[in-house]
Amino acid sequence: MTNSTLAAGAVERHLRARRDTGNGLLMPYVTGGITSGWTDYLRAFADAGADAIEVGLPFSDPTLDGVTIQRAGDTALARGASTRRILADLSGLPDLGVPLVVSTYYNLVLHDGPETFCAALREAGAGGLIVPDLPVHEADELTDVAAEAGIEPVLLASPATPRPRLAEIARRSRGFVYAVSLMGTTGERTALAASAAELTGRIRRLTDRPVLLGFGISTPDQAREAHRHADGVVVGAAVMRRVLDGAGPDDLRVFLTTLRQALDPRPSTRSVTDHDESRRRARGEISRHRRRPRREDPVGTLRPR
Amino acid sequence: MRDVTLWREPVPPDGTMGEPLARGRFGEYGGRYAPESLVEACHEVEAAFREAWTDPGFRGALARLLAVHAGRPTPLTPADRLSEALGVRLLLKREDLTHTGSHKINNVLGQALLAVRMGRRRLIAETGAGQHGVATATAAALLGLGATVFMGERDIERQALNVFRMRMLGAEVVPVTAGSRTLKDATSEAMRHWVGATGEAHYCVGSVVGPDPYPWMVREFQRVIGEEARAQCAAELRTGVPDHVVACVGGGSNAAGTFAGFADTPARLVGVEAEGGAGASRGRLGVLHGCRSLFLQDDDGQIVEAHSISAGLDYPGVGPEHAHLRDLGRARYVTVTDEEAVEAAVRLARTEGIVPALESAHALAWVIRAAGDGELPSGSTVLMTLSGRGDKDVSTLKELL
Ligand SMILES: Cc1ncc(COP(=O)(O)O)c(C=O)c1O
Repeated sequence: MTNSTLAAGAVERHLRARRDTGNGLLMPYVTGGITSGWTDYLRAFADAGADAIEVGLPFSDPTLDGVTIQRAGDTALARGASTRRILADLSGLPDLGVPLVVSTYYNLVLHDGPETFCAALREAGAGGLIVPDLPVHEADELTDVAAEAGIEPVLLASPATPRPRLAEIARRSRGFVYAVSLMGTTGERTALAASAAELTGRIRRLTDRPVLLGFGISTPDQAREAHRHADGVVVGAAVMRRVLDGAGPDDLRVFLTTLRQALDPRPSTRSVTDHDESRRRARGEISRHRRRPRREDPVGTLRPR
Repeated sequence: MRDVTLWREPVPPDGTMGEPLARGRFGEYGGRYAPESLVEACHEVEAAFREAWTDPGFRGALARLLAVHAGRPTPLTPADRLSEALGVRLLLKREDLTHTGSHKINNVLGQALLAVRMGRRRLIAETGAGQHGVATATAAALLGLGATVFMGERDIERQALNVFRMRMLGAEVVPVTAGSRTLKDATSEAMRHWVGATGEAHYCVGSVVGPDPYPWMVREFQRVIGEEARAQCAAELRTGVPDHVVACVGGGSNAAGTFAGFADTPARLVGVEAEGGAGASRGRLGVLHGCRSLFLQDDDGQIVEAHSISAGLDYPGVGPEHAHLRDLGRARYVTVTDEEAVEAAVRLARTEGIVPALESAHALAWVIRAAGDGELPSGSTVLMTLSGRGDKDVSTLKELL
């Protein structure tokens, strides 16, 4: 067992364990507060076999998002979404059996102060935090208090990141390393960028932490190709475009199931009982034994490499 | 060629308005809160600027462009009739007389030369009033670079003439339909665009905002206002230094450049914000567009739209160095309403024959108010930066008057 596994938090342990099954990791994104029953999407994501779920707290000025997620954020804000309301919605949920990773811009973290903010995330049952406008050299203010609150701060790496900073990102990121597949904003693309393979290769030489590729991944083919380089994918704009077009939780479950299958070595390795179990747990039929990710969760075996 | 020794950096012993601290800090403000994809690009800009700024060749080339193309030095005009009416001695630093009609050209020529030095082929800019966009389009044409200017849809309507000027100069003007469709949204869009163009294009930020090194670099490129004014005041005033130094504050670049020339003097520094865009006066600590500073926000931490009759002051925040100067008490920040600004513009037109930009009229409105209520004691000397000319605002004024 390596030091990094010993130090790993619940999100990272969960992702490592899932990775060890040989399946690609799937982390769909939803903008919090996008519809009145938005948490139903979380359930649908879990049912479709998500390994983690990213919940975006909408911000008025999302400088790293393309038009789809901008529009989703504006829609949610116009509906009255706020950090407080979204976290309250999450607190009311039964355990989905899938770690929740919150993402937002740093202004919303600073607004309450990193300490209060992280405590509120923990209280709401979230395990990780992604802040795309907080690069590693500014992250000290957040990382220490996050660790104390039991929140794993995920750092982003970009194709433009030079080696020394990439090493620092790989070392200091928690949960997983978020590999930004291309030099651009979030949004669907027709093909996986060539920079994706190169970047994930560079990260893998530095760490055995899970690496998820994000930005632009929108089809099963792209997910399959991404899994050849990375441990899994983050899918945001492709989900939110459907949601904005009126797709409900069931439609999203169908869409994400196609990605799930593309990420699994054999389409149906993930047993039906797995799905059944998460559904029953969502309905409260299985005890909420993991209401929140706990530090003492068993550690999955390391994937041989 | 001009005397380049004027470009010395008289940083006061306490370091105020000198180089920022480690990690681009002005006190607790500033920093480089950029997405990881832009961090390396910011680092390259910083390295290039540091090298250029100590290179006499670069300084000389910039000084020459400022002289032969932009028309520097700009005069210091005593506003005699207005001074008499107000009971103070008012001197105007005439940035309105530069080529393209505002101080924005000082910064843009510096950054455009830097872009060429870095091997970039295109400039990206955001613009509110259109003055920074016009200046960017101008410098790009002058140096054979491309220019892409992002402008909020609402500002495109308000500043139609400047949109035409930019296009005539060969720039591409991209309308921004997101959010409030003004300067803050144009800035977000310019940053998004830069993420996908870092190798080829330089982001020419228009004020003392954005990730490190921009607040520092833009202030240094605007320092020429304060340096010239300081020398001109020394010749004009018995006391050598004015009692008050006043400038309008949107992001804060003309104010920062002006203040930089007087930071080591006893002059009182006053930044004048628009009532509806008062980041320094009413902002809360936050992070936007790459820096930690003061921003107008609601109770949930969302950035609030600014509202001002002058598009150039329609920004919900203020540059990090101003936030620091405010905390230090070295500068004061005050606000002026749309009505006061319009009144001041008319008054300057009728007493001095100068139609100011509505942004600059805010600075004047405070001088008029402060002279009236005794905050400026009678007989005080006041240097005010007239940041731009009013041509772009005549259609707005025509509707109001
Ligand atoms: C004439 C004029 N003055 C002032 C400003 C405000 O900018 P800053 O505060 O950076 O000087 C602008 C911005 O567009 C302007 O055009």
